Amino acid sequence: MYRKKVLTSLAAAATFSVLLSACANQAGPGTTESSGSSSKVNIPAISKVDVPAGAVKPAGDGKANCPSTTTLAYAGAETGPNAQLGVNIFNGIQLAIDQHNKANPGCQVQFKKFDTEGDPNKATGPVTQMVSEPDIVGVVGLPFSGESKATGNIFEQKGLVHITPSATNPTLTENGWTTFFRGLGNDAVQGPAAAKFLTGKIGAKKVYLVQDDSDYGIGLGTSTSAGLGSALAGTEKVTTGQKDFSAVISKIMNAKADAVFYAGYYAEGAPFDQQLVSKGFNGTFVGPDGVKDDQFIKQAGDASNNAYFTCPCIPGELITDFASAYKDVSKGAEPGTYSIEGYDAATVLLSGIDAGKQSRADLLAWVKAYDKDGLSKHYKWDAKGELQAPTVYGYKVDNGKIVPIGPIGE
Amino acid sequence: MLPSLVPLLPTENDWITFDIPSLIQNFWSATFDGLTFGAIYALVALGYTLVYGVLNLINFAHSEVFIVGCYAVFFTLSSLGFGPSAPRLDIWAIILNLLLALVLAMVASAVTAFLLERIAYKPLRQRNAPRLVFLITAIGASFTIQYLIYLWRGPSPELALTMFRPTPIFDVFGTIVDSQQLVIIIAAVIMMVGIDRFISKSRTGRGIRAVAQDPDTATLMGVNKERIIITTFVIGGLLAGAAALFYVMKIPSGVQYSGGFVLGIKAFAAAVLGGIGNVRGALLGGLLLGLIGNYGQILLGNSQWTDVVAFVVLVLVLLLRPEGILGTSLGRSKA
Repeated sequence: MYRKKVLTSLAAAATFSVLLSACANQAGPGTTESSGSSSKVNIPAISKVDVPAGAVKPAGDGKANCPSTTTLAYAGAETGPNAQLGVNIFNGIQLAIDQHNKANPGCQVQFKKFDTEGDPNKATGPVTQMVSEPDIVGVVGLPFSGESKATGNIFEQKGLVHITPSATNPTLTENGWTTFFRGLGNDAVQGPAAAKFLTGKIGAKKVYLVQDDSDYGIGLGTSTSAGLGSALAGTEKVTTGQKDFSAVISKIMNAKADAVFYAGYYAEGAPFDQQLVSKGFNGTFVGPDGVKDDQFIKQAGDASNNAYFTCPCIPGELITDFASAYKDVSKGAEPGTYSIEGYDAATVLLSGIDAGKQSRADLLAWVKAYDKDGLSKHYKWDAKGELQAPTVYGYKVDNGKIVPIGPIGE
Repeated sequence: MLPSLVPLLPTENDWITFDIPSLIQNFWSATFDGLTFGAIYALVALGYTLVYGVLNLINFAHSEVFIVGCYAVFFTLSSLGFGPSAPRLDIWAIILNLLLALVLAMVASAVTAFLLERIAYKPLRQRNAPRLVFLITAIGASFTIQYLIYLWRGPSPELALTMFRPTPIFDVFGTIVDSQQLVIIIAAVIMMVGIDRFISKSRTGRGIRAVAQDPDTATLMGVNKERIIITTFVIGGLLAGAAALFYVMKIPSGVQYSGGFVLGIKAFAAAVLGGIGNVRGALLGGLLLGLIGNYGQILLGNSQWTDVVAFVVLVLVLLLRPEGILGTSLGRSKA
């Protein structure tokens, strides 16, 4: 008899809970919609970018000769929580190599991939294996700052040149490495640009800064908070793999911040934004290059409508030839963040191979002396391996897609 | 000072700092969030406590019973069209969908608990295995289920599920209590009161207490021990399934193969904190652990502190009261 009673009360509890939640839901969409649209700053999207006229293409002159064992490699995430950022890059590399091999029957460059899962603790194994393969003369990678920091010495010892298409932590070029080259602007550029974007174009008065515990997140958080100055309402840290953000969110709500800058990757950024909007946050969410991916929109759902991104990457999807060729390699997906940077970095290495620089030492010297336009920008590195005058672009979420809104921070 | 030692020393920015103004400012929101988590811990903790009370077994695989419930919620709701975006359904459709998810999660977890008992523990009981063997089996079963899910679904978390957008219900000292928190806390408390009454008043509950007190005498008195054991596991599973729905409601992206592990440890800690084997202890321990962890992370300024603070408090309490706060065992709890 009592069992019946218990079952009844359990059922009653369940019904009650669901009823409550449903009542809540009824009021939900209406309020979020109205407040969401009113607070969103309208920054128009751009529809084209200028490509340097004399940009080097991977195809070259078609007369290149090289041994059939010549190999370029990619090291970085193929799997793991932030895998999509790696996929964007190696599809770009694959495209460059395909175009090169098609145009140059005498030089068929092989392409090898090494999976680090984007994790600094796992990256040393595959990279050690990679540098010990003598056929590999050049590398594009590693994409993330933490893993780049963990493996830079391994490349250095074997004199293997590597161009990162996306690692932006400023301190990476301060290790005295001679084999490390950065194919984009670093966070000493991105951070201040993001700060300017937040307080300028977005018009935020109180920005809450949330950073993760990666080298990338910490570095970017530091350079952004310096740029924000008095507009910084508070700083909070989250952990890689964190799933519940309620404590951080209640601090943001109590601080009455009108914008949040998240320095980290989309694996945590997406659920964070989703929970932030669920808790009634009406302001703007700005994320950096590590968050700028379609996976962010997929994982955050309609909450992502409040999102803007900053990125030292140029919108490859607006370069029509590149975008359509890329789709053949990626099975129909549009170029993503850093696809074009991966393509350009591979092109730098391929043009060296075509010019007869087919040993590690020769190719390293080639990259050091390189001074030409790529599809995305001009490539000429300083002694530390940094590019000169890189540009930071802004992006926004528009109807479930990421669209570029032009250069920011100038 | 040796320069090499300098990085090891606490510096102003990255060592322990007590952010008391922040705790005061966020006190009430931390309280409500803490209670919400505490309610979820408590529901899972009941499963540990009941099984421990009856078998003196720490069923470490209970966290996987819970995560199976989370997957049931995920599959039910995502096949009904729920996703990261807020659903655009009318109230009654959502009520039906969530009820269905609740029922399926409870069934899935209860079936898992039942199979676990039949496959992993019953054969050991029949052979009179020493208690340590049960414990190792429990840990083994936990990893087995966890990695079966891993092989099936991979390492990444499943897509988030937004069941509804929480809306503010009322204000307490300037802090908004939203519908989600209210739903979870109230529903969980009603369930816990129901279970408490069930254990203390019903015939089956009397049987559970009798077996917990003295299995042999209980058998002599006509209690079917095997049936009681199964019932205990199934009740634990049902509650874990309910907790799974609330957990996914609270943490939409929390469905992951390893997602039950830490929660299971914390629920177990909650059971120990309140006094393992004690139904009311699990409730109290769960709520306390949720609160302490949440206060701790705001006071120390980083979410990484949640577990540290919660477990330090657990150790301190156990130093003073090794039997837990309420202490009494299931068998001796008042009828």
